[in-house]
Amino acid sequence: MSQDFRLPAGGRIDRSERLNFTFDGQTFTGYRGDTVASALLANGVHLVGRSFKYHRPRGIVTAGVEEPNALIDCNITAQEKGTREANNRATFTELRHGLTTKSVNAFPNLNFDIGEINSLMARFIPAGFYYKSLLVSTGMWHRVVEPVIRRAAGLGVTDEVADVSRYDGHYLHADIVIVGAGPTGLQAARVAAKSGARVVLVEQDTECGGSLLRDPVEIDGMDADLWVATVEAELAAAPNVRVLTRTTLSGIFDHNMLTALERVTDHLDVQDAADDHRPRMRWHRVRAKQVVLATGSFERPLVFRNNDLPGIMFAGAVETYLQRYGVKTGNTGLFLVNNDMALSAAIKAKDAGIDVTVVDVRSESTGPNTERLMAMGVPFLTNHTLVEAKGGKRVKAAVVAPMNGDGTAISGEMRTIECDFIGSSSGYNPIVHLHCQSGAKLDFDPTTACFVPGAPMGATPTISAGGCKGLFSLNDALASGASAAQEAMDALGLQAAEATVVSASEEAHPGSLHIRHLWLLPTDKPTSKGGKFWVDFQNDVTAADLQLAVRENFRSVEHIKRYTTLGMATDQGKTSNINALGILSDVLGVTIPDIGTTTFRPPYTPTTFGAIAGREPGDFLDVARVTPMHDWHAEHGALFEDVGQWKRAWYYPKAGENMHAAVDRECRAVRESVGILDASTLGKIIVKGPDAAEFLNRVYTNKWMKLGVGRCRYGLMLGEDGMIMDDGVSSRVAEDEFLMTTTTGGAANVLSHLEDYLQTEWTDLKVYLTSVTEQWAVASLNGPKARALLSELCDDVDLSPESFKFMEWKEATVAGIPARIFRISFTGDLAFEINVPADKGMALWTALMTAGAKYGITPYGTEAMHVLRAEKGFIIVGQDTDGSLNPHDMDMSWIIGKDKDDFIGKRSLTRKDMSDPMRKQYVGILTDDPKEVLPEGAQLVNVADAPASAAPKSPVPMQGHVSSSYWSSAAGRSIALGIVKGGIARKGETLIVPMPDGRNVKVTLTDTVFVDAEGARQHG
Amino acid sequence: MLLIRCPYCEQERPEVEFSFAHQAHKPRPEAAGEPLDDHNWARWVYYQKNIKGVAHERWNHAAGCRKFFNAARDTVSSEIVATYKSGETPPVPESRIEGEDLSFDYENAEGGA
Repeated sequence: MSQDFRLPAGGRIDRSERLNFTFDGQTFTGYRGDTVASALLANGVHLVGRSFKYHRPRGIVTAGVEEPNALIDCNITAQEKGTREANNRATFTELRHGLTTKSVNAFPNLNFDIGEINSLMARFIPAGFYYKSLLVSTGMWHRVVEPVIRRAAGLGVTDEVADVSRYDGHYLHADIVIVGAGPTGLQAARVAAKSGARVVLVEQDTECGGSLLRDPVEIDGMDADLWVATVEAELAAAPNVRVLTRTTLSGIFDHNMLTALERVTDHLDVQDAADDHRPRMRWHRVRAKQVVLATGSFERPLVFRNNDLPGIMFAGAVETYLQRYGVKTGNTGLFLVNNDMALSAAIKAKDAGIDVTVVDVRSESTGPNTERLMAMGVPFLTNHTLVEAKGGKRVKAAVVAPMNGDGTAISGEMRTIECDFIGSSSGYNPIVHLHCQSGAKLDFDPTTACFVPGAPMGATPTISAGGCKGLFSLNDALASGASAAQEAMDALGLQAAEATVVSASEEAHPGSLHIRHLWLLPTDKPTSKGGKFWVDFQNDVTAADLQLAVRENFRSVEHIKRYTTLGMATDQGKTSNINALGILSDVLGVTIPDIGTTTFRPPYTPTTFGAIAGREPGDFLDVARVTPMHDWHAEHGALFEDVGQWKRAWYYPKAGENMHAAVDRECRAVRESVGILDASTLGKIIVKGPDAAEFLNRVYTNKWMKLGVGRCRYGLMLGEDGMIMDDGVSSRVAEDEFLMTTTTGGAANVLSHLEDYLQTEWTDLKVYLTSVTEQWAVASLNGPKARALLSELCDDVDLSPESFKFMEWKEATVAGIPARIFRISFTGDLAFEINVPADKGMALWTALMTAGAKYGITPYGTEAMHVLRAEKGFIIVGQDTDGSLNPHDMDMSWIIGKDKDDFIGKRSLTRKDMSDPMRKQYVGILTDDPKEVLPEGAQLVNVADAPASAAPKSPVPMQGHVSSSYWSSAAGRSIALGIVKGGIARKGETLIVPMPDGRNVKVTLTDTVFVDAEGARQHG
Repeated sequence: MLLIRCPYCEQERPEVEFSFAHQAHKPRPEAAGEPLDDHNWARWVYYQKNIKGVAHERWNHAAGCRKFFNAARDTVSSEIVATYKSGETPPVPESRIEGEDLSFDYENAEGGA
């Protein structure tokens, strides 16, 4: 297709490089330097999408990142799977050779969309429609309403496969970050660079220049182009300056932590990008001492009937397409304005040979631009309203009429003006997003009818300059850029450089807008009748929707936003929010600042998740801690369970075994011969110093002072609230040294807890703590054959029960490796826990496996470990306890040293309700049917309260819940542990566990020990 | 992300190296000269000041020197007004933002059995 709307000359495109791309299956041509939008417009294509809710035909309305309408999916072919990207703004997507794109939300195609019927049904889907639809029955919602909404509404289509592109994360540190390289930002960067600060200048566009790219005025006696090039060269030569183009500063977080997305290869032709060695994007995390915002402003449109027809765009966008891309947006243009500045677009259009009419809603229009247009012979209507735009898939005409004095009604004959595009402007909104993200507020400036940055706030305030500060004159902007940089240099304690004097052609940028507030153009019918007044194009929110929300008594702008979905689309209301506030202020009868704005949150523009993830998706997402024996487990078919960051062997299924069979086999091996568990993950802390015993005495509930060297003791650790926090065995290594073990998941918390007390409460205690979790590998031999096996590998220690008793530890040599052997047991069976230096863990393990073969040694995982300990009623902190249970509740009053002076939690335990007999207490639970294994988490209720069905009409009082539940081959039946109100005194009582399938399972409360109640085995 | 100066390392380090512990300078009832009854004890265990304004907080340089220290932090702006070692007198007092304090009346809280 030929580029019929391309001007014969001009623009910043490179006409020597023709680029082919596809849009909705059709091939088009553009030039290097185009965006997809400018190339489509050059080919006369205005209709580029269907709207979110009503499937209205929509066209390109802006020429930048704020675009609400022209969303396209990119890289859409089957070969490009893994690189597809939904909802790109065509106005911001650089054209490259081979790019494939499609419009969004159109079915079956853009020109004929069945969903457009939603438009005809509009009166049935008003504001708050989604919320109102929730009033239907649940079944109706799931079966009918939700599927219909999901199908009909929506935008682009995401990729079906994982993103294949590479992304990098970078850290940057800067004295000053300047956001925006328009005239303001360039001037600021120049001052900062000369002052010697470390400068990072961030620009989202492909090149520096900002507004000068579309309006090349004269600065410092030179062409804007030359001026920009001069400043760029200056910055490039300065070693302390880094300029990042194609980089969007997307967020400002606490203490000036900034995030910036740099697009590295997206602009390359498709084949070149594929061959490029660089990452697709870089995600910069920038720590800045000072931040200068020079982000400029967005234009906003006037709101009138049918203002969403393709061909109706922002006046400034028309100018940008003409000046930057050499593209006419049509042949017959109507400009609809309420301020002086926007008229410059009409002048440029007339210059480009377009038929131009101006409709100015102001009663007087006298600025230099007006005079110039009049002199050019352009028809110029003042005090006129645009009553209605006419057309279907493209605007065809505008109906205009004179207005009454206060602009509330038409006051004369309507007439129709033919046009194929309309450029509208209702003023400018400073881009205050980053200012607000930094925590600062906004002030409303009634002269320019926009929000401007308010007083800086927070620990690390930003400094706004230029357009984003509401300074619309180029000279003011340049001066404020320089002074912002000087202010930042002062704050840094640097000698601020003098700013070069700059003069611009003032005429083109008068700065003063002489704006007339007119948020809704008067028309001949109410807003609810006839064509709609569109406010938020991307979420299809109309003026009538806002008025309806107010009629339904919504008052807060935050509520109205959520009810109407205004500003909640991917553009976050960049072009719609202020118009909406203006309309609401009229309806509510309060001023715009009294309504206030909604919250500005990062990211400023949509950000690819892949870039944030960087090089850390999948296996790299989190640290995986593995034991020295991990590879053995993996090679022997273990499945792994995540315990905190640890990968623990869960169970080792043999061919044909399911989990149940494998765990059953592993448990039987422990009870009948010998099993081996990798217990390396348990937290291990050295407690050393003259006061080590006193320290343990204070952090555990039981007594530690008299524990002899070579002995081990189980300890329970409480919080100040008296609730169980952690448990484990600690062993006395020397008079002044203990080795404490903690639960795998609790290790880090316990260490912090202990250090807090040592460092801040008991500073008199001479104790230090060292984590040695990863310094020791631990193989735990459990079962009646454990001693026979170990004695084959250890001949320097007498392992007989007479000389090596339960709850003792000894230094020994095992398989030639220096080791510590602990006679402690978490299975209730004869057990030896063998600790060796971590790098010898694998050697120890394989030696034990080899020597153990004749005993049928069986590796067992955490699941069997859980079953085995449950058979003995041993608690698992965090599974059987939940932070609301104290030692009495767990039937462990025996572990509280009654005559101890103090220990953490002691005072709380004396509170009366801590020993209330009706607290939830730890009990065993046996089902009447021995084969029934209860689900963990199941609730228990009294027999009298047993519900009649799976969905009882009224709630039933809960008595407690099942915390652990397993099949136990040693007990020959299912076993369970749980927490039940007053449970210890209720042993023998029958309760009911109501199941999700409606059955009521009968259970009996029992003691918590199911195997070897007298505890003979572990002493064996 | 906050930048916090560790008073032991004498360096500003990013927040990820630290973990927040709890309210600083919270004397146990005995230390405050109060009777150790259930009311006073429960108040000490369960109530935190929750200041809107500059609050004294205990932090831990968990992924650094592992020392516990105190910080005076503005809970509105997140400005770290000062950090100081355990046992040192706070260099700045706590201050509640006038007229906007919605926090619990810690001093007169009803607590205990």
